[in-house]
Amino acid sequence: MASDDIYILGITMTKFGKHPTLDVLDLASEATLGALADGGVSIHDVGIIAAGNLSGMGTGLGQDVQKQVGQTGIPVYNVANACATGATALRTVMMALKAGECEIGLALGAEKLSGAGMLGLAETASEATWTPKGRFGAVAPLDGRIGTASMPGVFAQVGLEYGHRYGGVSFELFARISEKNHANSTLNPLAAYTKPMTVEQIMAEPMMAYPNTRAMCSANCDGAAAAVLTTGERLKSMSSEQQRRAVKVSASVLTTDPWEEGCQVLPNINTLTRNAATQAYEQAGVGPEDLGLIELHDCFATAELVHYDNLMLCPQGGAVDFFESGASLRQGRSPVNVSGGLESKGHPIAATGIANIWEICHHLRGEAGPRQIPDATVGLAHVIGLGSTCGVHILEKSAA
Amino acid sequence: MTAAVPLVDYLVLGDDPHLVAHQCLQCGARYFDHRNACAGCGATSFERAQVARTGTLKTFTIVNFAMPGIPVPFVAGVVDCDGTSVRGNVINVEPSTDHIRTGMKLRLATYSMGQDGDGVEAIGFGFEPV
Repeated sequence: MASDDIYILGITMTKFGKHPTLDVLDLASEATLGALADGGVSIHDVGIIAAGNLSGMGTGLGQDVQKQVGQTGIPVYNVANACATGATALRTVMMALKAGECEIGLALGAEKLSGAGMLGLAETASEATWTPKGRFGAVAPLDGRIGTASMPGVFAQVGLEYGHRYGGVSFELFARISEKNHANSTLNPLAAYTKPMTVEQIMAEPMMAYPNTRAMCSANCDGAAAAVLTTGERLKSMSSEQQRRAVKVSASVLTTDPWEEGCQVLPNINTLTRNAATQAYEQAGVGPEDLGLIELHDCFATAELVHYDNLMLCPQGGAVDFFESGASLRQGRSPVNVSGGLESKGHPIAATGIANIWEICHHLRGEAGPRQIPDATVGLAHVIGLGSTCGVHILEKSAA
Repeated sequence: MTAAVPLVDYLVLGDDPHLVAHQCLQCGARYFDHRNACAGCGATSFERAQVARTGTLKTFTIVNFAMPGIPVPFVAGVVDCDGTSVRGNVINVEPSTDHIRTGMKLRLATYSMGQDGDGVEAIGFGFEPV
């Protein structure tokens, strides 16, 4: 192992779902203590914490968790990047380790979102007189009057735009992508939903924003995930068991969207993902064909389709053919979202960007049990936070 | 005649309603919001540019859940108006996939949003099938 490489030493996710008796600190602490134990270190070994929470702590999650698991006086960075918050926390820790500030760091994301309802809608009181306000000089709230800002609607348009450009999409196609992920979750005991759903059931669910029915939307839920990272140099002094289970972070990339025509009218989630993937493959020295499994940001079934293309798992414009070939099934050549994905595993926003890395690590360590992807040695984790931020991490099985 | 205000400041009312964009003098990028500078090139000078009133539907969704006061279902979409992407609802058409498809030709249309307490009428816009 090279001294300047970064490794995931320990990583944990809580059960995703409804946790009526646990608050966000309980979940965050459970993930933190789990990641420390998994890595065989204690909070006293940790030199930096980066933490994310979007569902309204008010104060910093990082310090609040310290007050539960150990106030050691180290620097804490509370980060926020929408749905890419977890990946941002992880990358923040990586940058500190790369900069030589410390040798072991903790990244953490936690959320209480059960019953949060549809995100992206904000009610505004109507006025007695029409008064232009804001950056569009609007006399009334624009959501629903000039398009939609609701998440199911935004991502529905992303999927249908892909169909407009390349053809081949249909309501049923998107439902079948969702069927795959719901089927995958039956093997994941930590998923929020673990029941299979047929295409007919998925299509018969309440329609949120055509073509996304409720079952094709990411599930708001409670959950937390945490990771302990260390340097290759420090790992050399650790036990053979720690070295064997350590997972190399062979690429860590964060991008935002470069300006393109129309990107402020409908978020363009394609270019920044393609840019991140290009950089990540370059950093890691691997290609899409080398990936044993991929956890990508299926916040909606319509999003999964476009990311097959953006992550270059298929030729440009070939996402429909790629899916139809069975390549993204768990027994296919590029298994996608074997965890069940955000649609079925769930999407506790700030935890997601670490939980998807946990899933990859679980397989690379050969610890994924019944859902193990055989002989997986390289995996990719992808998240998108609207606004936008894309995080791509490529993980590699330890050579030790 | 009733006084009227547009729903947004980039909708120009009158006999020939149309949309206007802030167009970057340096790179030609177009924006509908109040600008500080150009996100494409960083320049800070803009001119007003009239947006084509017809276009094609690049993408859409049929929304079934919305804020109180917004009738559902409604069709939200993005219209390519001669190279300028415009966000808007598709109106004056049945909100079903039997009647809405990407690539369909649309034109700008306005409608009354009602009067406020002072009797001022607000005018909204959408795109209707040609």
